[in-house]
Amino acid sequence: MPTILAFAEARAGQLRKVALEAVTAARQLAGGDQVHAVLVGEGGIGAHAAALGQHGADVVHVCEHAGFARHNPEALAALLAAAANATGARVVVLPASAHGKDVAPRVAAKLKVGLAADLTSVAFEGDAIVGRHPVNTGKVLATVTLTAKPAVVTMRPGAVPPAAQPKAGTVQALAPVGDPSASRVVTTTLVQGNTAKLDLGEAPVIVTGGRGLKAAEHFAIVEALAEAFGNAAVGATRAVTDDGWRPHSDQIGQTGRLVSPDLYIAVGVSGAIQHLAGMRNSKTIVAINKDKEAPIFKIADYGIAGDAFEVVPKLTEAVKAARAQS
Amino acid sequence: MKIAVAIKRVPDMDTRFKIAPSGTAVDETGLKFDMSDFDGYAAEAALQINEKQGGGEITAISLGPDVVQETLRKALSMGLDKAVQLKADAVPFDGYAIAEALAAELKGGSYDLILFGRMAIDSSNQSVGPMVAELLGLPCISAVSQLDVSDGKTVKARRELEGAYEEVTCPLPAVVTIDEGVARPRYPSLKGIMAAKKKPLEVKPAQLGPVTATVAKMELPPERAAGRILGENADAVPELVRLLQTEAKVL
Repeated sequence: MPTILAFAEARAGQLRKVALEAVTAARQLAGGDQVHAVLVGEGGIGAHAAALGQHGADVVHVCEHAGFARHNPEALAALLAAAANATGARVVVLPASAHGKDVAPRVAAKLKVGLAADLTSVAFEGDAIVGRHPVNTGKVLATVTLTAKPAVVTMRPGAVPPAAQPKAGTVQALAPVGDPSASRVVTTTLVQGNTAKLDLGEAPVIVTGGRGLKAAEHFAIVEALAEAFGNAAVGATRAVTDDGWRPHSDQIGQTGRLVSPDLYIAVGVSGAIQHLAGMRNSKTIVAINKDKEAPIFKIADYGIAGDAFEVVPKLTEAVKAARAQS
Repeated sequence: MKIAVAIKRVPDMDTRFKIAPSGTAVDETGLKFDMSDFDGYAAEAALQINEKQGGGEITAISLGPDVVQETLRKALSMGLDKAVQLKADAVPFDGYAIAEALAAELKGGSYDLILFGRMAIDSSNQSVGPMVAELLGLPCISAVSQLDVSDGKTVKARRELEGAYEEVTCPLPAVVTIDEGVARPRYPSLKGIMAAKKKPLEVKPAQLGPVTATVAKMELPPERAAGRILGENADAVPELVRLLQTEAKVL
């Protein structure tokens, strides 16, 4: 009976949303077959196994080791490849997160197979795995076929939302391959941003500021709008991160984060091609920009061609009022 | 330092793509080609390392048909020392097939550092660098936004995560893939372009690995319907909120 193996990513002892997405995607692939999840971290990480069971994992292989306190790609890749072999996995599903993209190619190389990366959908087609993968900065959509067994895939964050489908989630202890503390690649420091804030890949709403805001301190109006929504993250354009107004990790675009929230609000963003590449798949796009000829209006569902410093505070008040009523 | 930089020739993304009659590739007619963005950062990073430390040698390596020689010459004109083309009729989509060919070439090169771009801007698989590291048995740090190899023995790097970053180290020799933030590529000088013509460019057959990942279809995503400009000042805010509630249903 073929098994689908999912990597349940955790960071600093917390399960990430992409872990539930990977298990959900694995469950969809498995049909009536078994889903096995792999969960690694330092002591106590196993407490998250129940959540994986809730999302469709029949078995959760838990490896608790001090060497997994921080990202440990060498030990993790060895563990996942061994688990794929031990469970006879037909498909290995990882998130296309920073850590998932770091580990997946190593796992594929250990298994000597190709990789289908950053998929927005995945399914069996006969004996092959078929997935869709945006290429050329999202301007072209590729359908990729994997014939190798096991097939290794990474799923774009947000593409398959977590869905509850309770299964046993039976916990099995998984021994590390070798000594995880002896890896050559060592993550010495993890610096979390403001963890009270939603991540760009997870937030249903994103408010992005561009150079039209004129100065770093003017991001306050963008922050306030995001806060009014209550479920929003704040993004930035490359011009803004290049100028150091915002950290590089907030950059949305061709060379930054690729996002597809339910609602994307671009404030003072002209809409350079490289930015559009990162957000064009958002469900609803709103643009607020002084220049009504700005390219952002070509892909925005709704636009206000006005002064952001006048419009955004009004919008913030209106969103607060609307949310207070609902 | 002896450094290798893997380089891919990709189409300029600032264009409206068409699909080739085969249905499994983009139509290359009229497209402009250049070095993939992140590979440019990698080439620049290599140059800066050796400029700071003095000496060393940087080899550009690219897999593909003869047209990749143009991209390799560009790398040489930036200041890289020599180039290797791993000749193949086409660049496979399968990163593992590519990784085997690159690993076979890099294996005997006794490189201190092997650099890749974080990903090719066209196929966006972000896979070949770490795969090559696995095949060579070398440590690998992927997608680094800061890189320090100044002690000649250790890689100290920073990687951006979702809402966080981490600092990562590994011993040299190593494979590192370069994200934005490390170095903006320089423009080749006229002198550099002239010098590049005389630098060695070796052509060898690519020993591709097995292909198990293929493109079955390429298509253009559906166009977004044209949007509406609701107004030119804050008076349009109530209408925007109404549409977000009733039409888009996101509020």
